[in-house]
Amino acid sequence: MAEPATELTLDTAQLLAAEEHGGSIVGLSPWYLAWRRLRRNFVALASFGVFVVIMITCSTAPLYARYVAHTGPNATHVTDFVSVGGKRRQVISGGGFTINPKTGAVTVKAVSVLGPTWWHARGRYVLGADELGRDVAVRLLYGGINSLKIGVGSALICTIVAVILALIGGYFGGWADAIIARFLDLIWAFPVLLLAIALGSALSINGFHHFGIDVASGSLWIPTLVISYVLIPYVGRPLRGQILGLRQKEFIEAAIAQGASPLRIMFSELLPNVASSVLVFFTLIIANNMLTEAGLSFLGAGVRPPNPSWGVLIAEGQQRIVTAPWLTLVPGIAIVLTVLSLNVFGDGLRDALDPRAKVRMEH
Amino acid sequence: MGAFLVRRLLGMVAVLFAVSFLVFVVFIIVPGGDPASRIAGKNPTQQNIVNIRKKWGFDRPFYVQYVRMMEKAGNGLLPGHHGPYSVLRSFANQTDVANEIERGLPATFSLSIGAGLIWLFWGILVGVIAAVTAGRWSDRLITIVALIGVSMPVFWLGIVARYFLAEKNTWFPDGGYVPLTKDPAQWLFHLILPWLVLAVLFIGFYGRVLRSNILDTINEDYVRTARAKGLTSRRVLVKHVLRNSLIPIVSLFGLDFASVLGGGAILTETVFELRGVGWYAAQSVGDLDLPPIMGVTLYGAFFIVMFSTVIDLVYTWLDPRIRPA
Repeated sequence: MAEPATELTLDTAQLLAAEEHGGSIVGLSPWYLAWRRLRRNFVALASFGVFVVIMITCSTAPLYARYVAHTGPNATHVTDFVSVGGKRRQVISGGGFTINPKTGAVTVKAVSVLGPTWWHARGRYVLGADELGRDVAVRLLYGGINSLKIGVGSALICTIVAVILALIGGYFGGWADAIIARFLDLIWAFPVLLLAIALGSALSINGFHHFGIDVASGSLWIPTLVISYVLIPYVGRPLRGQILGLRQKEFIEAAIAQGASPLRIMFSELLPNVASSVLVFFTLIIANNMLTEAGLSFLGAGVRPPNPSWGVLIAEGQQRIVTAPWLTLVPGIAIVLTVLSLNVFGDGLRDALDPRAKVRMEH
Repeated sequence: MGAFLVRRLLGMVAVLFAVSFLVFVVFIIVPGGDPASRIAGKNPTQQNIVNIRKKWGFDRPFYVQYVRMMEKAGNGLLPGHHGPYSVLRSFANQTDVANEIERGLPATFSLSIGAGLIWLFWGILVGVIAAVTAGRWSDRLITIVALIGVSMPVFWLGIVARYFLAEKNTWFPDGGYVPLTKDPAQWLFHLILPWLVLAVLFIGFYGRVLRSNILDTINEDYVRTARAKGLTSRRVLVKHVLRNSLIPIVSLFGLDFASVLGGGAILTETVFELRGVGWYAAQSVGDLDLPPIMGVTLYGAFFIVMFSTVIDLVYTWLDPRIRPA
């Protein structure tokens, strides 16, 4: 909504210097100043560290599966035994039913799955097994790869498309801007999750084979593209507003007077001025997209089982929550940790890049 | 004002048209299986499929099908008894979509209104406390809790809350919805968990937005003036700071509330088995059943478009500098 235009009165060297606690800022680039502010924010840096650690841990999934757990993400072990602390235990025990020969009464034995063995089974089933005897820790790591791929990939696509739309709309104005603004409004008016699950489940039947594009039905591209599409207006609308404001500034007028081409103005005059907002949006939208992916997969419109993702794992675990709560708790905690670290880092990044910025993710 | 309303009304119609057309095209282009063979059931005869295709109009060009579908959707809103082919009916089980949405309204409205009140009240309270005590431990604590709140998948929180509070310890009922007219006490009892779970995310988000808005407003000249002329700090906060900081919250609340009313709380409704509009949408999406998806999308988009007009009107009242353009 129309916010009163904030004048950037703090942009004088003196005031910036005061903000920097008296440190000299002469001859330093804004990016360096931002880095200096970020460096002081230990919480934000630590959060970034957590995110990096999560990414690295997940990317070791193939190694972990091969050398520690000795099983694959989709390998089932329904009838296997495993030695836990020297004791031989079934991965899946119980199940089936017995009939009393005298009375004919049927007793159903409840299925119980192996709980977390921590390290007592030498790396096998560290976080327990699911009802098909699959190793939860292996699936968690592989699921993390998928969730992160979708989160980062869709954030990348979404941000790039939104930036291009905002640049075109903001620079040319007129009918080009009107079309882009209406397009953004249109996606905005859709109930986001409903649109995403409708698209996701429609595409997951046979995939997408039109206009020379071939996407198989189980492909990760489907959730990635669906999520990036539905979230375009959340980045595009605020950016378009910023660029419309910048477009009126004198330096753009000067660039036009010097004969700079529209492309040049868009990418070397306008884009650098919104780069810090784009960076912050990018960080926060990864977090948001990972939550959306989890929701989609939970409803069966995202990643297709048996392919794991954190959302798929929660959905699978929910059915056994009473007997095996770790199946639900563990992937959920993984999501919360990842999203939280991104949110905290994104906040710190925003404060560092532009303490007065109003960039904000409207979930 | 009159011209503004007329223009917004036309805009609403245009958006609803575009939204419905988009949904239709997605489901026509994207192969979801032949609806006629779905309606015919298992092991149909070829003749039966042909008859159904003719009777339901699947043999017509797609724009004719679209217009027919919109006509049916419109008919469904009219009161009275309808023939089998005059209203929007599910491909999967031939139920009247308008009826099904209507059946979901009590659960969806109970969930949204209750949760909306909770998150608005607590969001404002938390934001004000954090801003007033900015930098102190209460502010830090609120910031941390709010960040965790916005980082949790709402359905996961729902599952975990249900497990710990309704299954492991049976303090709360384990999902489901009891109509208010049937038993008000049970209605309330069944809704407490869903309300809280749905509200957590919004409380965290609103609290953070409000906190930063208040901190921005506190440095404005008119706030300094108000202090200088000797107003008590409570009066400055309520009459001068809050009045202005709450303006962005109005638009956030309007859109979020509209989306939840419009069946947007799909995950919460699914997790707690509240058979509302969002739950209905999730069920039909699973079956790739176009008519219910169309119905719910139009219903949801209607709320979003309507509330964004209402927000613009409230804005002009809150801040007379903004005139409806």
